[in-house]
Amino acid sequence: MNRSDDTLLLANVSRRGLLKGLVGGSALLLAARWDLALANEQAQFGAGAMPGGWVDNPNVFIQIDSDGLVTIINNRAEMGQGIRTSLAVVAADELGAEWDQVRAQQAEGDQDKYGNQNTDGSRSMRHWYEPMRRAAAAARLMLEQAAANQWDVPVHEVRAEIHKVVHSATGRELGFGGLADAARELDVPGRHALVLKSDSELRFIGKESGLINGELKSAHPKAIDGEDIVTGKAIFGADIDLENTLYAVIARPPVYGAKVKNVDDSEALKVAGVKKVIRIKGASQPAAFNPLGGVAVVASNTWAAMEGRKALKIEWDNAPAGNNADYTSDAYRKSLEKAAQSPGKVIRQSGDVEAALQNAEKRVSATYYMPHMAQATMEPPVAVVMIKNGKAEAWAPVQHPRAAREGIAGMLEMDLDNVTLHQTLLGGGFGRKSKPDFVMEAALVAKAFEGQPIKLQWSREDDIHHAYFHAVSVDHLDAGLDAEGKATSWRHRTLSPSIASLFMPDPKHKGEFELGMGFNTMPFNIPAIRLENPPAPAHVRIGWFRSVYNLPHAWAIQSFAHEMAVAAGKDHRDYVLDLLGPAREIHNLTVGDGWNYGEDPDLHPIDIGRMRRVIERATAEAGWGRKTGKGRGLGLAFHNSFVSYTAIVFDVEVDDKGKLTIHRADIAFDCGPQANPERIRSQMEGSCVMGIGVALQSEVTFKDGVAQQDNFDSYLVPRMPDAPKVVRVHLIDNPNDAMGGVGEPGLPPVAPALCNAIYAATGKRIRRLPVGNQLS
Amino acid sequence: MITLTINGQEHELDVPDSMPLLWAIRDVVGMKGTKFGCGIAQCGACTVHLNGVAIRSCVTPVAAAKGEITTIEAMADDPVGHKVQQAWLDLGVAQCGYCQGGQIMNATALLKRTPAPQTQEIVDAMAGNLCRCGTYNRILAAIERAADTRTVDKEEASS
Repeated sequence: MNRSDDTLLLANVSRRGLLKGLVGGSALLLAARWDLALANEQAQFGAGAMPGGWVDNPNVFIQIDSDGLVTIINNRAEMGQGIRTSLAVVAADELGAEWDQVRAQQAEGDQDKYGNQNTDGSRSMRHWYEPMRRAAAAARLMLEQAAANQWDVPVHEVRAEIHKVVHSATGRELGFGGLADAARELDVPGRHALVLKSDSELRFIGKESGLINGELKSAHPKAIDGEDIVTGKAIFGADIDLENTLYAVIARPPVYGAKVKNVDDSEALKVAGVKKVIRIKGASQPAAFNPLGGVAVVASNTWAAMEGRKALKIEWDNAPAGNNADYTSDAYRKSLEKAAQSPGKVIRQSGDVEAALQNAEKRVSATYYMPHMAQATMEPPVAVVMIKNGKAEAWAPVQHPRAAREGIAGMLEMDLDNVTLHQTLLGGGFGRKSKPDFVMEAALVAKAFEGQPIKLQWSREDDIHHAYFHAVSVDHLDAGLDAEGKATSWRHRTLSPSIASLFMPDPKHKGEFELGMGFNTMPFNIPAIRLENPPAPAHVRIGWFRSVYNLPHAWAIQSFAHEMAVAAGKDHRDYVLDLLGPAREIHNLTVGDGWNYGEDPDLHPIDIGRMRRVIERATAEAGWGRKTGKGRGLGLAFHNSFVSYTAIVFDVEVDDKGKLTIHRADIAFDCGPQANPERIRSQMEGSCVMGIGVALQSEVTFKDGVAQQDNFDSYLVPRMPDAPKVVRVHLIDNPNDAMGGVGEPGLPPVAPALCNAIYAATGKRIRRLPVGNQLS
Repeated sequence: MITLTINGQEHELDVPDSMPLLWAIRDVVGMKGTKFGCGIAQCGACTVHLNGVAIRSCVTPVAAAKGEITTIEAMADDPVGHKVQQAWLDLGVAQCGYCQGGQIMNATALLKRTPAPQTQEIVDAMAGNLCRCGTYNRILAAIERAADTRTVDKEEASS
């Protein structure tokens, strides 16, 4: 690195921070706080608090060829959120590059060089927007300096324009390409020397473009990978094509924690193309990211490996799985519903809830259920690994490259430096590919075939049987209302197995990061509140699923608020606005949340004003209050997560036979400043459709510890006929708050808004997901 | 030996008759644009054309793949396929992109047999192609754009 100065540029700190004087309002203090030699170590919040922190060195992220081609190195996993395009848009705009002269190149998994690469938590843009702009601004300054040197004029006399530097006094100009070699030799300027472009100078950042609510308004910076995708050239995990590759599939224990007792591979070895059958060591519980074990079949092509696997005769030993082998969904749901009747670990409390419930004029109670779900990325897990001369080389679609490298290194007792990871495009992630178990499996097989690449492919059945499942949940709520229907008390008990059970002896209670996803951060202004978390044991691998525990929390809270409005005889929108109370900011610590998605509560408080605004916008756009006719109704829900704010109104119709038609979705979304509105819209549209699956269709059930769904014929996800006829996304123009997440916050309010709409249309209350055939 | 004609080129393959066309295309011929998603004709990621008809290559044995096989790699040279691809780019349809080759193959086959489909015809025809990213509204709009029978705005006006 060629860093000459360690002072952070003032302008890069969030405008919110400066406006509010939260950082002391003094440049000196600011510089001291952000002393770059220590910034990443000291940071408590945001990108700097992540392992590997952030990097803004232009030499790491921006390459300019002598022909002018600009390459932006992308350090985040591209899984459909469009980050390869959006980060390139940010860099290209600040640099002043012609968009058709920009391409993206994927960084290898190397967080020491590229900063944090763990792509989850809807963090990519909010953590990398500023470093990327600084890197691009530094590169622009280096190009200007190179031109000034060549013309022998002071640097302040020259100016970078689009893909060139000009000296207006003499009319001379040089293209970026012609300056690239000289610029590369210069020291990277210190951050104090950087001046970021003003908003009026920007061409792409924050600019609306592309398809807006069904209409193509204007051309937009074309997606970096768009052309490759539509022509079939894009390279996903399974598309890695190395000479001499062998193909492997694994038969895994159907019950979490079970082991192979006996295997008869004689028939499998007779299948044409099958080379070898090997046993794979499984992790003991808790499994963390480690392989589940089983029997691998290695063959000359994927089909032969799958046919070979079918011919295996395996006897499983369920003893090591303990009571996981008794895990049956119906019984488990009943046990959680029973546990929800008793007090649990108190998470947050104010006022005397029990007395308020006793004295209430009217009491509302409900229990909500959300099942296990599998992420079911269209690209099933897959990885290619080759082991040679004590080194491992992996090609894989992973959200967390570092975890994959550490997993291989730990398992094969290699030095981390001897494990290389080449990141491919991800055919969907949704949290599944945060866990690199499939890469580690490939490495275990590859260990038995030194020098030969092994492509380890999961079938769809593997993917659904052995997901890191979205936690099943029961939420029980009680509220007391006074004579006017106003809420006087709110008691919420939430029960779900914890993701922590993957990594430690089952805590049976949700951790801070799980409760912080919309449970203890519940925003309603009610005098008596008690939030409890009774225990719920885990019997399968529980893992992140897009928006994670926000899903059950929003589903329960937003459904229940509607039930309260109905009980009070009030309009739902008016009622929730009243529950929220006036616009104000709530510090997360005051509601017992010390997590806040890893962000600074001073920059990202729970902002009731922003919540009110998305509700008001979505309802206004949807024509809230209009007459809908028989069998048709509007439903509302809202939620803040990943430090962004979403409200949705659905317009649905249910016919006499129970057939549901979703006429329209109106989504209002506030993520603060928008880097690439075009991709924000696409994320909202996609979240809406995925959320419809959560509401209507998707469920994995277990019987005796074995997943009962196999493929897309039994694990249902939305198809085109299930999508709303129209999805309209209304982005809130809010440049003054700190940037929030985009990939996940669109999802949580979908299921409750849809179920509230179903109630409005039919009077039928849904308390158990998925809706399935409950309407017929 | 089995002879497959893929995008106008003949390939001699030494594979069992029962091998699904998908794996012959991907693992043996080595063309990667056709994707594996489910293996049981439920998701459409593996869609190719056999004599102009969209089929699921994951359940089609190579022995049954007699005639002209066309894959996503050849769509840029197909007048309808190219129009569909362009509409996909214009409207920014793709998110992760994994299913989109299959979507484009199915949409192209639809437009070849029904050049100006009604909205409901498109929805019915595309129901077998899953997209987990949820790009359906843009896929629909792109097919209507490629067919030049835009009904998206009509729908909006009627709701």
